[in-house]
Amino acid sequence: MTPDPTLVDWTIRFAFGAVAVAKILSLVRLIIGPTTSDRILALDTLTVNAIGLIVLLGIAQGTSIYFEASMIIAMLGFVSTVAYARFVLRGDIIE
Amino acid sequence: MSLFLVVALPFLGALLPGLMNQAGRAACAGITFVVSLAAFIGLLTNLPAVLAGETIKASIDWIPLLGLNFSLMLDGLGFFFAFLILGIGLLIIAYARHYLSRNDNMGAFFTYLLLFQGAMVGIVMSDNILLLLVFWELTSLSSFLLIGFWKHLPEGRQGARMALTVTGMGGLAMIGGMLILGEIAGSYNLSDILQSREAIQASPLYLPALLLILLGCFTKSAQFPFHFWLPHAMAAPTPVSAYLHSATMVKAGIFLMARLWPVLSGTPEWFAIVTTAGLITMVLGAVIALFKHDLKALLAFSTVSHLGLITMLLGTGTAFGAMAAVFHILNHATFKAALFMSAGIIDHEAHTRDIRRLGGLRHLMPITFIFATLAALSMAGIPFLNGFLSKEMMLEEANHTVLFGSPWLVPALAVFGSLFSAAYSFRYVGHVFLGPKRDDYPTTPHDPGPGLWLPPVILVVLVVAIGVAPFLAEPFVKMVTASLLGEAAEVPKAYFKIWHGLVPALYMSIAAVVGGLILLAVYRPALRLWDAAPRPEAKVIFEALIENVVKLAQGLILRSHNGAFSRYAALAMSFIILAGYYAWTTGTVGDATRTLQPVTAIAVAGWATLVAATIGLVFLHRNRLLALVFMGVIGLMVSVGFIFLSAPDLAMTQITVEVVTIVLLLLALNFLPKSSPIESSALRRSRDTVVAVAGGLAAMGLTYHFLMRDAVDQSISAFHLANSYKGGGGTNVVNVILVDFRGFDTYGEIIVLGIAALLIFALTEALLGGPVRARLLNREPDMPQAGDAHPGMMVVLTRVMMPVVLMVGFYVFLRGHNEPGGGFIAGLIVSIAVVMQYMASGFNWAAARLRYPYHGIIGAGVLIAGLTGIGSWFVGKPFLTSDFTYVRIPPFEKFELATAALFDLGVFLAVVGAVMLSLESYSRLARRSERPDTEHPIDIDPSRDDPENIMKAGG
Repeated sequence: MTPDPTLVDWTIRFAFGAVAVAKILSLVRLIIGPTTSDRILALDTLTVNAIGLIVLLGIAQGTSIYFEASMIIAMLGFVSTVAYARFVLRGDIIE
Repeated sequence: MSLFLVVALPFLGALLPGLMNQAGRAACAGITFVVSLAAFIGLLTNLPAVLAGETIKASIDWIPLLGLNFSLMLDGLGFFFAFLILGIGLLIIAYARHYLSRNDNMGAFFTYLLLFQGAMVGIVMSDNILLLLVFWELTSLSSFLLIGFWKHLPEGRQGARMALTVTGMGGLAMIGGMLILGEIAGSYNLSDILQSREAIQASPLYLPALLLILLGCFTKSAQFPFHFWLPHAMAAPTPVSAYLHSATMVKAGIFLMARLWPVLSGTPEWFAIVTTAGLITMVLGAVIALFKHDLKALLAFSTVSHLGLITMLLGTGTAFGAMAAVFHILNHATFKAALFMSAGIIDHEAHTRDIRRLGGLRHLMPITFIFATLAALSMAGIPFLNGFLSKEMMLEEANHTVLFGSPWLVPALAVFGSLFSAAYSFRYVGHVFLGPKRDDYPTTPHDPGPGLWLPPVILVVLVVAIGVAPFLAEPFVKMVTASLLGEAAEVPKAYFKIWHGLVPALYMSIAAVVGGLILLAVYRPALRLWDAAPRPEAKVIFEALIENVVKLAQGLILRSHNGAFSRYAALAMSFIILAGYYAWTTGTVGDATRTLQPVTAIAVAGWATLVAATIGLVFLHRNRLLALVFMGVIGLMVSVGFIFLSAPDLAMTQITVEVVTIVLLLLALNFLPKSSPIESSALRRSRDTVVAVAGGLAAMGLTYHFLMRDAVDQSISAFHLANSYKGGGGTNVVNVILVDFRGFDTYGEIIVLGIAALLIFALTEALLGGPVRARLLNREPDMPQAGDAHPGMMVVLTRVMMPVVLMVGFYVFLRGHNEPGGGFIAGLIVSIAVVMQYMASGFNWAAARLRYPYHGIIGAGVLIAGLTGIGSWFVGKPFLTSDFTYVRIPPFEKFELATAALFDLGVFLAVVGAVMLSLESYSRLARRSERPDTEHPIDIDPSRDDPENIMKAGG
């Protein structure tokens, strides 16, 4: 038998829902565009959402093993965004 | 000296001439001579035992499971050939030192020569037929290099290719024959095979084995119908012709026939094939040789003819024939090598080898005249020279040979061949040295220095000595014959002497010599007749054949491999789907053993994102930048999926690889059109859609099927889980698999990774060195550029991030053995930290701060990993056995030290080097001429305009 849901459980459920909605919204932006910058920003937002998703997953399962993965996304995810942005602006990302 | 050393010396010594190339020609040739001499002396130390009738053996296990052992043996036959190879090799080296001009790369030449020498010695001393095959192929390869040594001559390259094609194909056939032989005998050891004559000749596979082995021997020894490659190989430098094509390589086929004589000969098939091929070759070669005007071509066809003679003698299957063959091998090697060297001298001095432009050289080159004449007369079969003795024995043997039921066929053809042989020998003397002195030589010839004439003179001394006193050679030849015959037959009692009385062979010999003289007297009309007669040109036929084979291959291949990736993918995918469908419908499928896990809203959301991004990619893929953006989303969702399925290692790798890939692809996209044009028809695109959708659905179905069922057999995961900590000392199974269980795989992979990165570097470097360089430098950007090249905000951010990222990389590396992480991920993280700096402050700024070149980092990584592996040898364990222990240094907690961590360090370095080298190589292509790179890290920096700072810098 499962124990009654605590406040933390409710919070997590709500947070999951919020992240899922954020994901879908940025996905819509990704699909409809209309400019490339919109899509790059949508990807960046998705990256932030992914960090939230992974952390929430870790909290929900009570493990810290996913922490490093979210840390790496947080630390290095911006590099691809910057690379896309540099490409749009300059064409050459290492000049 | 150990047999291993005798075989290994030329191979090891092959390194030296290349190294000594800078030290001068004398040193280079000298060291080669010393290496050869050492091997020769090493061989001679075994002479007493061989003379006593012993067979010396030495063996090391190589791959015993395949029956492949490094077994060597030395008996009389092997000694005889090794003696010829090393002895004549010494003379050739001395000769080549003076023959090669200053423009020739002597180091390369002697390296090839020593490689060839080692391979030849290996053939004649192998006790294992698989090992023999290895050496056999090595001679084909090294002779290819030697024949094509003068790379600037098209004839040299074509001749080398032809020789390699013909002998290589023969070698392939021989591999098949040898394998059959080994299977029949139940062992790949020659000594065992030589014992099983009855079993082999009774086997139904005897004939295929015989045919395949003879194909190998005939191609190598230029027997009809494969004789045509030898004359074309004469485009090689003369020392090569003298060495390979008179004394050694072409005798390899003969050696093998002699070696396997006890088990293969004596059957009607052997007799019919070998004798016939030998006879035809002997006659054909002699006739063609007479009408060749190039000295070396004449000698080449005469070699073909003499090889045919020896083959015919071996084919008769009698002990006397075998003895005559051995004797003639010795005699032919001495006089023919001397003749080749004389041809080289004439070419060297007169600058022509065309007999029609020569003549009267006896006045100008007396020394060359004397020894070349003696050698040529020996070839013609004149008494008191060694050629006479073995030719008499050949004619004697021919007299007793009944081929196709006709007792006169072989003797008649033998006399006919000898007649032509005498004629071209006389022509060699008569049209080159005799006759009036001319004044239209390209240059005035004179005798060369002793370096060129001494080696052939040594050989001619042997020619005369054996010819005058045949009893000197008799015990040696009989000893060799005894070991050739083995237990199959007794050594014949016949004595070697010049005068046998008035026997038929003497009349035949006289007929041949007199006929040869008459033929030479009527040479002009005979030549007109020959020129008028139509005859096939082997080179034209060969090239047409090759061209047709290439056309056929292209016709078959280009249909499926036309360079369009969509076609490959469509073909491969259709085939996989069909094969999968077949397996699905004919195999047995068990029921599902697992239940579906609960479908959570969050999983559905992630799945929907992935699907939406994939569909978006399909529709927007013609815009390449957008395609990359969508790929980024897909990569991100896949990483989250890995986390969701509890695979944090995979997720971390995926995230970092994504970043590096995006950077790499964007660098490449800079040079590519920004959108893909529509190239295929609507019909083809709908076909591709059908294939793609079917493939995707099939992959989904297969995945679903496997996720719902347990594996058919127990998977290896249980073993890994059980042994990870116990055996590998780590609790992170993924990492322990990488660095321990499958460490050898990982080692191979980092090497491949390094090679790939070096290749990218080499390719871009070649681009920058070639004509593309100017185009790259003057390339106009295809898009408008906005903003700064090195914006201040990015510079500051990446500098601040750098130590943090490095720290994380260090942390991920250290914890890798027990928790998610490891060298591979750490390497990617650190590379991204460095790439950030490149992106922020530019290529030049970052490259100027690079202390260790990336090539070196890759090398250090591979080296560390390799040395870690080798380290386990010192404690008597196999390569890459890992060990670990626990250390406690107060005040820290107890921690673990594992050799696997050192190995992981190698992986880390190799990854960093490889990633950075490939990214750097790509970004080098974008350097442009019109915009010099600044030395400043930031484009706009107010502090540079601050008067105080300018004062400081100035003062």
